[in-house]
Amino acid sequence: MNFKTVAKACVVSLLVSGPTWALAQNQINMAKGVTEVGAQIYGLHMLIFWICAVIGVAVFAVMFYSIIYHRKSRGVTPAQFHDSTQVEIIWTIIPFLILIGMAVPATSTLLEVYNTDDAEIDILITGYQWKWKYEYLDEQGDNVVFFSNLATSQEEIYNTDAKGANYLLSVDEPMVIPVDTKVRFLVTANDVIHSWWVPELAVKRDAIPGFINEAWTKVPTEGVYRGQCTELCGAYHGFMPIEVHAVSREEYDAWLAAKRSEKVAQTAAAQQALGFEELMASGEAVYRAQCSACHGAQGEGGVGNAIAGSAIALGEVAKHLEVGIKGVAGTAMQAFGGQLSDVDMAAVITYQRNAFGNNTGDIVQPADVVNHKQG
Amino acid sequence: MGAHHGPAKGMSRWLLTTNHKDIGTMYLWFSFAMFILGGAFAMVIRAELFQPGMQLVEPGFFNQMTTLHGLVMVFGAIMPSFVGLANWMIPMMIGAPDMALPRMNNWSFWILPPSFLMLASTLFMEGGAPAFGWTFYAPLSTTYAPPSVTFFIFAIHILGVSSIMGSINIIATVMNMRAPGMSYMKMPLFVWTWLITAFLLVAVMPVLAGAVTMMLMDIHFGTSFFSAAGGGDPVLFQHVFWFFGHPEVYIIILPAFGVVSQIIPAFSRKPLFGYASMVYATASIALLSFIVWAHHMYTVGMPVAGELFFMYATMLIAVPTGVKVFNWITTMWRGALSFETPMLFCLGFLVLFTLGGFTGLMLSIAPADFQYHDTYFVVAHFHYVMVAGAVFSMTAAVYYWIPKWTGRMYSESMGRIHFWVSFIGFNIAFFPQHFVGLAGMPRRIPDYSLQFADFNMMSSIGAFIYGASQLLFLYNVIVTIVAGEKVGEDKIWDGAEGLEWTVPCPAPYHTFEVPPKIDAVSAHA
Amino acid sequence: MFRLSQHPTIDTASKLVAVSIAMFAFVFVVMVPLYNVLCDALGINGKTSDEAYIAISTEVDVSRAITVQFVTSNNNEMPWGFKPSVPMMTVNPGAANDTVFLAANGTNEAMVAQAIPSISPSRAAEYFHKTECFCFNQQPLDANSSTQMPLQFIVDQALPRDIKTITLSYTLFDVTGMVADKKVAAR
Repeated sequence: MNFKTVAKACVVSLLVSGPTWALAQNQINMAKGVTEVGAQIYGLHMLIFWICAVIGVAVFAVMFYSIIYHRKSRGVTPAQFHDSTQVEIIWTIIPFLILIGMAVPATSTLLEVYNTDDAEIDILITGYQWKWKYEYLDEQGDNVVFFSNLATSQEEIYNTDAKGANYLLSVDEPMVIPVDTKVRFLVTANDVIHSWWVPELAVKRDAIPGFINEAWTKVPTEGVYRGQCTELCGAYHGFMPIEVHAVSREEYDAWLAAKRSEKVAQTAAAQQALGFEELMASGEAVYRAQCSACHGAQGEGGVGNAIAGSAIALGEVAKHLEVGIKGVAGTAMQAFGGQLSDVDMAAVITYQRNAFGNNTGDIVQPADVVNHKQG
Repeated sequence: MGAHHGPAKGMSRWLLTTNHKDIGTMYLWFSFAMFILGGAFAMVIRAELFQPGMQLVEPGFFNQMTTLHGLVMVFGAIMPSFVGLANWMIPMMIGAPDMALPRMNNWSFWILPPSFLMLASTLFMEGGAPAFGWTFYAPLSTTYAPPSVTFFIFAIHILGVSSIMGSINIIATVMNMRAPGMSYMKMPLFVWTWLITAFLLVAVMPVLAGAVTMMLMDIHFGTSFFSAAGGGDPVLFQHVFWFFGHPEVYIIILPAFGVVSQIIPAFSRKPLFGYASMVYATASIALLSFIVWAHHMYTVGMPVAGELFFMYATMLIAVPTGVKVFNWITTMWRGALSFETPMLFCLGFLVLFTLGGFTGLMLSIAPADFQYHDTYFVVAHFHYVMVAGAVFSMTAAVYYWIPKWTGRMYSESMGRIHFWVSFIGFNIAFFPQHFVGLAGMPRRIPDYSLQFADFNMMSSIGAFIYGASQLLFLYNVIVTIVAGEKVGEDKIWDGAEGLEWTVPCPAPYHTFEVPPKIDAVSAHA
Repeated sequence: MFRLSQHPTIDTASKLVAVSIAMFAFVFVVMVPLYNVLCDALGINGKTSDEAYIAISTEVDVSRAITVQFVTSNNNEMPWGFKPSVPMMTVNPGAANDTVFLAANGTNEAMVAQAIPSISPSRAAEYFHKTECFCFNQQPLDANSSTQMPLQFIVDQALPRDIKTITLSYTLFDVTGMVADKKVAAR
């Protein structure tokens, strides 16, 4: 068997077996999209794909005919023609006409994407390194604000735990929107450029610090739609997913009301003193969501300094609060003061001072956080 | 150096040389070294992506790898390789004794290695190498950049100066050094595409220099070009960058078109079809490249009128590009084809570049691009045009001209093995990336969700095969140089045309010291 | 043709060097100012003019009401409190409107802030005129103090009929210790 036969066998087996094996279990095409705009974009994508496929088949057919029949080994004498204005004009004009045929539907879809009028709900989306903040704008100014963090644990990412079904695609607090309602997204960023993308809603908009962009969706069916940040935004760019829950109007109203009362409860909780066990328990949850990516699941450090045995965690409480609330300028350590509630801040500081062998015994209360913020 | 002397001996031959062939050789070896370095970075990327979960490197280091891979491949491997080819071939193709500005030629090469040394050294600096992607969008590359960004900026400045000097040299050579009778429309197409490329380089490398200079000023001198706080705008960076960046992708691909336009007629034993339309198509692609840059930024929130303008302009590029593909295929039509290694790489180029062209057309459609933008679909697209386009044609060029350079023939069977291994490896690596991209995998992520696992593993395996095939290439080249069969005649390929085939093999140190007579009929292929 | 040197090669090379220097200058003296002009004119990024608008017509279009929505964000580590006094207003095109934004510096240090406006939809930006805005200047604030920052605006009568809601977003940046005049910085 010579080399040519082997090579051909390889190509053929690859062409036949590869795709069939892969097609069976993997998505190979664009999400059809649940929204009207999504369906239009999908249709456009398929239209252009088929146009390209037809042109491709025609072009390659001519090429392979030539490769097979016009070979020197068949003893052919080469023709010597090298010009034909007529032919060249034809193959300039025909592609041009095909392009016009593509441009028409593309233009109408684009205009539809840009039509943000008459939205009932406005949500301000702010990209942070590396999480999303959602702010539901309220006519009375009683906005509901929360952060949406990656819910996948460090153990799953570092392969010590089995990876769950929605590995890297689930968050602690999803965005909730009602179905059959036009929702407008105002998109901006806090630090670097991010991009908010949910494939099934066919919404992708860059989040640019200082400026505001807009997009919209109207979801007809209830469900969970997932996406990711699509603009390189630093080390943990791959770890800031998006999860949108489209629910019935009633469910949405109930959820919004619950969020409002949660806010009131948090303000009240900030006035109260909490027990050590309680602080440690919620502090651990906050630590896993907010701190562990940089500081390590066991406080051993990584991108950030180690927490275990660190001078800050073992030193003065005030200094520790300062770093947690205001961050450290010029480093990846952000100011968490605006991102965590006072209760969560108190809990996580307490946790850091008493976990990983840092047995300081200090208890930091929400009131301490409030006082520190006020100077 | 006197006209009839051979090369100087030892290191000074290479350090001080003003000979276009020596400088061409150095460019080619340098770019190959960079290709291996950039390839090593790619191997780290694909190894990390072999399975879901963080396996080998940390996310921050992964970003350094993607950044350096892009920078090294674009500025270190592909561009200098074509400059090397231009140095070797353009004087021989137009019947000139050397480049027009030989001393500047020496400088433009010798400032390159320090520049890349500086870039590579950032890997060992505090805070690590640049980790903001080869497109280095502000403010990630300014306010939020590691301290090594300053070295990155200087490296870009130096390689920009090198590229500009190289281009000036090429333009000056083509405009002033052609042998009598070698009119513009008689020049081989490789010379034409390089002439146009060189004009593009002179026009846009200073724009890149401007962009990085503004970054430098923002970082160190308190200006706010790209920071909203001081009245600037991060989106401005993207406009300036892509005003350079889009012509840049044609800078990479046009010389590749030139190479293919030399080789396909040679192995079809038939003149290139539509020489004049090839020249006009190349020029119109170059002109169009200045008005399409914002198609890289459909999602930044441009006014709808702007989106439409850039969409239509981008779609138009399909017309001249289509003309080129049709011309190549018509060149083959009713020829007498044979399939030596250079021709195989050109056919690989033709098939895969056309696929990359189709995905490019899909990407030009703004509403559809909202779903494609910054996913692996884009990664697949540009690797089809950059690797299967530029790198395949460069490889074809090496096999095609290496007998002329060395006076020795490569091993045809080894060449064919190299082609098939790289063709198959390339497709296993990059074809599945279309699928994961469409299914929703963003680019530049070190870890991915489970539904992308199978295709990523496949992609990694393909990448390792393609990577290994380049070692085969290195082996082939070295074996040819030291032990290849000596060739006796001037014209190696029976179908080849052009002045370079009228000089002996290997090409003597000095050629065309007396300008050749140009045969009116068969000057270009 | 104009020649820079008797020697044709040197002539070509000199011209090309001039072209590349011109292209480098082009970035600074053409692209950047042109981009800023285009942004102001076309509302790219929802940018508005950073100069006070001189009202030319006082005719009020009472036939339609436009909802103007106010949104505030703090950039990165900006610790101030910052919010609109009212979340939204309903206004008639052509009428002058007043509102204030509230800012509080709760830190122990005097700081300087710069608010950057951005309008959505961006094509409304050219019809949104600010006759007075705290965003025209940097805003210094002493430690532990608060202030009311005024905004006065007119929505142009020529605003396209299909735009019914305009969102005005302000992002507050900490510019303590930065170049004092933003116009010097960027232009």
